[in-house]
Amino acid sequence: MRILALDTAMEACSAALLIDGRILTRYSEPGRGHAELILPMVHELLAAGGAGLQSLDCIAVGRGPGAFTGIRIAMAVAQGLAYGAQLPVIAISDLAALAQRAADKHGVPAVLACTDARMNEVYWGGFNCPSGGLVECFIEECVSPPAAVGVDWSGPWVAAGSGWAAYPHMAIAPVVDAALLPRAEEIARLAVRDLAAGRALPPEQIQPVYLRDKVAHVTKSRT
Amino acid sequence: MRVLALESSCDESAVAVLDEKAGLLAHRLFSQIALHEAYGGVVPELASRDHLRRLLPLVEETLKAADSTSADIGGIAYTAGPGLIGALLTGAALGRSLAYAWEVPAVGVHHLEGHLLAPMLEQSAPELPFLALLVSGGHTMLIDVQALGRYQVLGESLDDAAGEAFDKTAKLLGLPYPGGAHLAALAENGRPGIKLPRPMLDRPGLDFSFSGLKTAAQLALGASGPDAQHRADLAFAFQEAIVDTLVVKTSRALEQTGLERLVVAGGVGANRNLRERMRQMAQARGAEVFYPRIEFCTDNAAMIAVAGMWRLQAGQQEDLAIRARARWPLDGLEGAANQGKIPIKYE
Repeated sequence: MRILALDTAMEACSAALLIDGRILTRYSEPGRGHAELILPMVHELLAAGGAGLQSLDCIAVGRGPGAFTGIRIAMAVAQGLAYGAQLPVIAISDLAALAQRAADKHGVPAVLACTDARMNEVYWGGFNCPSGGLVECFIEECVSPPAAVGVDWSGPWVAAGSGWAAYPHMAIAPVVDAALLPRAEEIARLAVRDLAAGRALPPEQIQPVYLRDKVAHVTKSRT
Repeated sequence: MRVLALESSCDESAVAVLDEKAGLLAHRLFSQIALHEAYGGVVPELASRDHLRRLLPLVEETLKAADSTSADIGGIAYTAGPGLIGALLTGAALGRSLAYAWEVPAVGVHHLEGHLLAPMLEQSAPELPFLALLVSGGHTMLIDVQALGRYQVLGESLDDAAGEAFDKTAKLLGLPYPGGAHLAALAENGRPGIKLPRPMLDRPGLDFSFSGLKTAAQLALGASGPDAQHRADLAFAFQEAIVDTLVVKTSRALEQTGLERLVVAGGVGANRNLRERMRQMAQARGAEVFYPRIEFCTDNAAMIAVAGMWRLQAGQQEDLAIRARARWPLDGLEGAANQGKIPIKYE
């Protein structure tokens, strides 16, 4: 199986090439300028893996939530590559990718992924992680004030993501890993499952999941 | 060479396919006017979101209409600025990545260069050099187009663009968004009589200023209430003031440069009154005036294809970095080796 994954949703810019059981990665945390970095990363990975775009099974992409412009860059690049090489696309939640990274790193069965949404809100969702496996969402992703974030978990779990740095008083977690960011490596791994489940889509059908959809107010008088 | 072009600098998603021999093969456009209407202006985030929804389906549709496949496309052009940065990046990321997948060169195009070269899409294209009046909702500029890629801005608006003044005054008159064309229609029923200033005509130089005119219109409206005929008269007076100003400054620029060809481009260039008055002025001076067809006065991808084709033919191409610029001075552009040659050779 061959999957090229990319992500520019948050501070990190990353790409990963899953190729016949191996995984090659490029990762950087530039904060800004993701658009200038992402295609060179893709090019390097394809060269290193000796794979042409056409030989891939699909493109996987982080579909948000995250920075609006960042999500769109990855989505538009995924659309362009996939349409150009006639590949399907799998869109993966950036909260799921973050949860996967946290679950692998800390070896826990549950992750509350929560990232800073600015404007006194956070994006968050709860994920199960059977030992060594892939995460599954069980508290649906949403955007809300930090006060609404809470779980009643008895076992070990990890609080992962920038939301915990922005609002450290939220829930009391056994382990907090606020510096962790979603990245393409986990997006590629999660895409394997979706590809097998037949969830790949034609590129024109994938769209970001922003979670925050009210971005403007209707005004009556502006001159 | 056949070029696929994408435009997404503001609130129109557009795609075109241009062939160097056959000319424009197809173009498609999706206008977001309805999306932004309720807000009274373009909401950048909503514009960016919609571009991502529309562009790829438009690419597919336009290729089909142009009876072209990926194998026929020799390069991709996309608007790289100036404009709304999020909107630009969407088109640039899609265009650059598609070119990578197709293994063809890509080039980022200056949106205003596209407007300047839009008349090149017509069989009766102007020869270089020419004077261009670029007049739209975002810009009012007089430009000495010395050669392809070599542009000198002779004058521009110090505040509101002419199209912006049209839209804002239309709003004062209670006309629907975006109001410029509605104001022009209302002016058809107007009578002469109301006196509005002719901004900056008494001053030397080729700069414009339109915000004071809008204020004068507001005062004139306030004096006698919302009577329908009065509003039509005011629309008439407003349009006359703008057109007078544009015609006089353009005439002055022709005089100053000695140029004999004039291109009027941009959305306000579709205004019938402006076209007629420019024609008269040019005729009196013995100059020729050229317009893009009406649909290519406003934002479109066909004009991006013209500028892109020329730059690609000159060997210009982007590296793998996806770049877009919200601000990008027109006279900072670089020319290219084949200056003076018009990219499309009709057969």
